Amino acid sequence: MEAYDVVVIGAGPGGYVCAFRAAQLGLKVALVDKRATLGGTCLNVGCIPSKALLYSSEQLVFARDHAAEHGIRIGSVAPDLAAMQKRKDAVVSKLVGGVAQLAKARKVTVMTGEAAFESPKVLAVKAASGTTQVTAKNFVIATGSAPVELPFMKFDGSTVVSSDHAIAFDAVPASLVVVGGGAIGLELGSVWARLGSQVTVVEFLPKIIATYDDDIVRAFTRILQKQGLRIETGTRVTGLRREGERAVLTAEKDGKAVEFPADKVLVAVGRRPYTDGLGLDKAGVALDDKRRVRVDARLSTGVPGIWAIGDVVAGPMLAHKAEEDGVAVAEWIAGKAGHVNWDLVPAIVYTDPEVASVGLGEDAAKAKGLAVNVGKFNFAANGRAISSDATDGFVKIVADAKTDRILGAQILARGAGELLSEVVTHMEYGGSAEDLGRTIHSHPTLGEAVKEAGLAVSKSAIHAI
Amino acid sequence: MGESISTGILAKWHVKNGDAVKKDQALFELETDKITSEGTAEAAGVITLKVEAGAEVKIGQVVASIDEAAQAGSTAPAAKPAEPAAKAEAVSSPAVRRLAEETGVNPATVAGTGKDGRVTKGDMLTAAEPKAPAAAPKAAAPAPSPAPKAAPGERQTRTKLSPIRQKIAERLVSAQHAAALLTTFNEVDMSAVLALRAKYQDDFVKKNGFKLGFMSFFVKAVVHALKTVPAINTQIDGDTLVQNNFYDIGVAVSTEKGLMVPVVRGCDTLGMAEIERAISAAATKAREGKITLADLEGGVFTITNGGTFGSLLSTPIINPPQSAILGMHAINERPVAVAGQVVIRPMMYVALTYDHRLVDGREAVTFLVKVKQAIEDPSRLLLGL
Repeated sequence: MEAYDVVVIGAGPGGYVCAFRAAQLGLKVALVDKRATLGGTCLNVGCIPSKALLYSSEQLVFARDHAAEHGIRIGSVAPDLAAMQKRKDAVVSKLVGGVAQLAKARKVTVMTGEAAFESPKVLAVKAASGTTQVTAKNFVIATGSAPVELPFMKFDGSTVVSSDHAIAFDAVPASLVVVGGGAIGLELGSVWARLGSQVTVVEFLPKIIATYDDDIVRAFTRILQKQGLRIETGTRVTGLRREGERAVLTAEKDGKAVEFPADKVLVAVGRRPYTDGLGLDKAGVALDDKRRVRVDARLSTGVPGIWAIGDVVAGPMLAHKAEEDGVAVAEWIAGKAGHVNWDLVPAIVYTDPEVASVGLGEDAAKAKGLAVNVGKFNFAANGRAISSDATDGFVKIVADAKTDRILGAQILARGAGELLSEVVTHMEYGGSAEDLGRTIHSHPTLGEAVKEAGLAVSKSAIHAI
Repeated sequence: MGESISTGILAKWHVKNGDAVKKDQALFELETDKITSEGTAEAAGVITLKVEAGAEVKIGQVVASIDEAAQAGSTAPAAKPAEPAAKAEAVSSPAVRRLAEETGVNPATVAGTGKDGRVTKGDMLTAAEPKAPAAAPKAAAPAPSPAPKAAPGERQTRTKLSPIRQKIAERLVSAQHAAALLTTFNEVDMSAVLALRAKYQDDFVKKNGFKLGFMSFFVKAVVHALKTVPAINTQIDGDTLVQNNFYDIGVAVSTEKGLMVPVVRGCDTLGMAEIERAISAAATKAREGKITLADLEGGVFTITNGGTFGSLLSTPIINPPQSAILGMHAINERPVAVAGQVVIRPMMYVALTYDHRLVDGREAVTFLVKVKQAIEDPSRLLLGL
């Protein structure tokens, strides 16, 4: 039986990063995944393919709806979905191929097959060619998550679909109902709306992207509605009636029954930790009440030498959080000082405009009774935004009223995800809103709005009244 | 151990700017993550200090210059134009730099709460806040002063960990993390050692000028037990097992600056008096902060005595890369059964924490029983039994 220092189960962004970091630190590492390609959900069916489709469909919207006003005559514009999907597939295979190359270069043994613990020290990897057993001083459970299925409307891959299917439609559905107004539902809803679907988003809570501040969500909701998405909040899904190839989603709003007929229904109500068939009982690894792998503050499961990271443990189910988990665990295994600041995990919705947040929002800070000052700056007053059709949205900086330390930020803007990073960096170093406002930002850039929002915390924004 | 030291904190200046210093005069205290040492003048003359006390300095960095031509007092300290408000270090954030200029608070003197101890705007605001009522205006009526109210920030004070404390923390955690630590316990009847000490203490003091303690008995008992169970005298180096055939024993000493473990060399060749003398010399050096890296390196086993502070029982943490540590504890009179009778005996619990990766339970227990037997019947040491 081959013995390793570290065997990582799951080759998503948490798992492969953990494996690579461990290999960098001189450990003998194997990386196991049941998928033939590395990269996990994120690279194969998640973040990356959806970003490819979002970008392509944004180009379509520009060519179709805005090119003329920029003095560009294109003529008739129509999506070629097959070509769009082909490009998306090319993006995915380039990235997963890159990860495989890196694994090879770092001498990480890649094993394809389904992993199951036989004991705390032995893992069986079942492949078509047979089962291989491996042993290791350390196992890292990085099996990620899977879309949550609603019991009364199970995924069938054609009418009721998960995000896995909704990135791969071979035709644009005439109508699409999205259950769940979170990041995944709104991103994929945007893609198909841009390509011509009549998209309805059905959300149980009173607002979409419910963890964001009210003012951000109000502005964002209006923008999406202008883009043609129908948004039904406070609506509880009660069932699904199939009518041939089509379906009718039944729901309840304000005590009244409502119906949403659709060609396809995308269920995007969340993701569940993936621990199926892993043999965790044989390893002695315990789950919490939400069926996540239970870990301590150092991501140890309590079973010596078994760790867990990413979506399969408590915390935001985000690739960049999983990556940091993975690096820290590799470093802890190697006896080094790993570090994850779980208070500063940014989150982005990659629609257009994007919505980005980190730390405490204004609403959350006030609910906690914290004394805060809030600085806001609208992109409508930013030169670069006006010259590049990016005037929708604003930056909001929340700072401690006494120390001026930045507690959080929310940005609604084209490319908000990129704009947010500098705020995260300031926060990581304990920076104040004034620090943000006194740091030179190139002109003209959208980033100047971040600086101005920093200044606005002390009512010193230059380009606002 | 043996990691190279590249930076330290210039903890304290013994001289002031403009003082005349003699060659080899102690100028400052340097605290590194291992030891505190003194820096001395390389020449005589008038000194100009270039870094402030508390600053982190690199080894080899110039911290002061000495003008060999000048004589102290030869030039009257003419009134110089007031220096501009303390200029903040280049690494300070813009808001911190502004506050430094506006309030005159030098960020270098402020305990930082930001990443890696950086000073934040909030730290500067707190530092610039008026402190608890200073001298009241003379005209004020002599009213009973109200009880000083703790400023909001004063329920806690924050001080940067010294390099030594940081190193201790890091090493303890890494020991816990890297080794498979297990502790075995036993108890020792101290009657025989107490009787020996009572009988020979006067002669011992007369001959050596210091008292015979317990530690030398335990050091000798440990050497004896290490010889009987060599598996304890091993360590892991990567994928290699290293068997030590020497007996340099570390003895933990508590100092104001933290725990240090000076090593007594070649304990198998030393007599009891020599061991006591070596321990006492090392402890004095450690407490005075004069211990050097060489004094701390290369031990094969450590003894720590929690009994000094009254500990009944504890599980010590090994000192990597060593494989075991013996914990001594308080001596308490307890009823014990001896030959069918309940008698009161001075008893000590002893604990051996060992690295289970290398040492098996049988070896650890045998080792600790050997220590126990040697202490309960010191003649065994004489006979090598």
